[in-house]
Amino acid sequence: MSDELIIGGKSLKSRLFIGTGKYSTDAIIPEIIRKSGSEVITVALRRVDFNSSTGNVMDHIPKSMQLLPNTSGARNAQEAIRIARLAKAAGCGNWIKIEVISDNKYLLPDGYETIKATEVLAAEGFVVLPYISPDLMVAKNLVQVGAAAVMPLGAPIGTNRGLKTKELLKILIEEIPLPVIVDAGIGKPSDACEAMEMGAAACLLNTAIASANHPDVMAEAFGLAVIAGRKAYLAGLGNTQQYAAASSPLTGFLDN
Amino acid sequence: MSFYDEYLTYSEAMLNASFEDVTGEQVLKIIGKERLSVMDFLALLSPAAEEYLEVMAQKAYALTVQHFGRVILLYTPMYLSDYCTNQCTYCGFNLTNRFTRKQLTMEEVEAEAKNIAATGLKHILILTGDAPKVAGVPYIRECVKILKKYFSSIAIEVYALETTEYESLIDAGVESMTMYQETYNPHIYDSLHVKGPKKDYRYRLDAPERACKAGIRAVNVGALLGLDNWRKDAFFTGIHANYLQNQYSDIEISISLPRIRPTMGNCEQGIRVNDKNMVQFMTAFRLFMPRAGITLSTRETAEFRNNAIKLGVTKMSAGVNTAVGGHSDNQENSGQFAVSDTRNVEEMCQAISQLGYQPICKDWQIL
Repeated sequence: MSDELIIGGKSLKSRLFIGTGKYSTDAIIPEIIRKSGSEVITVALRRVDFNSSTGNVMDHIPKSMQLLPNTSGARNAQEAIRIARLAKAAGCGNWIKIEVISDNKYLLPDGYETIKATEVLAAEGFVVLPYISPDLMVAKNLVQVGAAAVMPLGAPIGTNRGLKTKELLKILIEEIPLPVIVDAGIGKPSDACEAMEMGAAACLLNTAIASANHPDVMAEAFGLAVIAGRKAYLAGLGNTQQYAAASSPLTGFLDN
Repeated sequence: MSFYDEYLTYSEAMLNASFEDVTGEQVLKIIGKERLSVMDFLALLSPAAEEYLEVMAQKAYALTVQHFGRVILLYTPMYLSDYCTNQCTYCGFNLTNRFTRKQLTMEEVEAEAKNIAATGLKHILILTGDAPKVAGVPYIRECVKILKKYFSSIAIEVYALETTEYESLIDAGVESMTMYQETYNPHIYDSLHVKGPKKDYRYRLDAPERACKAGIRAVNVGALLGLDNWRKDAFFTGIHANYLQNQYSDIEISISLPRIRPTMGNCEQGIRVNDKNMVQFMTAFRLFMPRAGITLSTRETAEFRNNAIKLGVTKMSAGVNTAVGGHSDNQENSGQFAVSDTRNVEEMCQAISQLGYQPICKDWQIL
């Protein structure tokens, strides 16, 4: 059965998107990519030094990877738009993860500014993947303004707390006609697996891999978990019974 | 509303009593909490918490790796001018210290910038003494315009400015500001700042907030540890940072922990702050504000800085010279303070890598 994920006209086999931050050395990134099987990698433009004489993170990313530059550090739509344009001008392609955060305490995204940035950038031909709180109305607005996917958080960034927003994620998966990619908060492979079982189109995660004692092994674990979750979703999970079929049924009298 | 209003709610007597009342049992319970209150932070700075430094350190390490990863951002200071109208008893730029003062010309700024940029650094911190008639905002603006060609993040550590002056510098390309209150104790502050505009405690205290109002992207506060009882200045530094983060959630807040160093004309001064005290402050702060930055300068020794990397530090200086023009001439100039860790950028990068961390030279992009 063919099960490709199509975003911005590009067909992807792997449904695990990974990051580049927090590693003790960028040299480990090719191994992370290989072990995870991922085809999409996000990079914070603020971190890339294109003029560095000693190289930068891009040197460690194989050309076959789909780059997903992100607007980390943007506090409003205007800054996010500028970062996106800089990324494109620097040769990072036309995909962009919009990350507008005006709250440094919890790092929760600003939905209103994210919608504004998405509208402008989508109109300019960017493939826009906005990072959002799992808010149905924000997600619907993003569909209207031309987002290529929506990326709701499972829990605040970097917390590794898992799918704390599960009920809201389910609603987005049900209602939004775009790929719903669970981004942020995934701490364990079982969290990623659960998101995929629920019908998420993909998962994006960084901290859980980068902060593991053995990031390469964790990358492999996440790769497998996402595959397992997706297969389970496609296979159709059996219903879970909340109440057992009682031996003395309450409706048994109807048969008499 | 100003941080001063919050400051006033803590009396000397109340702080002293609170530090003494904390028990080991309370400390352990606080370490286990997910979110710490202001009084929890105070308890972690108490003498009783000294028994639990290792537990605090373990949690500080885990939180830092979780939120920042295994990376250390590098920067270096560039001293633009050492003219000063203040008499601060602990500072080498003190008006009464006799030495030939210097202020960089634009050509010299460019030469310094080239030399620093050649080391790979992209974050620069520019400093001046307090002499607005010589090193005024227009002068700093001109310097920033040149530095923008070489650096992706420009921070200032200059005298306290008006909101409109901060706006003018932000407009020129300044992205971040550092302001040390030196000590939060107004009486000690008054006695140490003998003369000059810096004598105005309140004006300096509100400077970081004025920069926030002006729209700066990052603010770094700190106290010069050793001027007063370190526990109190550590506490106020932390709650100052917390106040700013709560009021201005879009601004990146960080703290520094500068420990007093010998300067010209002053060798021994202040109350001793030992390594154990520094570790307690660092780890207590990390538990209190898990996402805030912690900067550790070359006032500290290479050995202490290496060890501190795993305790919550996120940003360090490298290749430091605290004299005006120190990055381009080899003459023995008198710096602002004596540097303990003299490693250059390459040596710092090697040391950080050996500790299993990644040295980062760029973490912002001027937009």
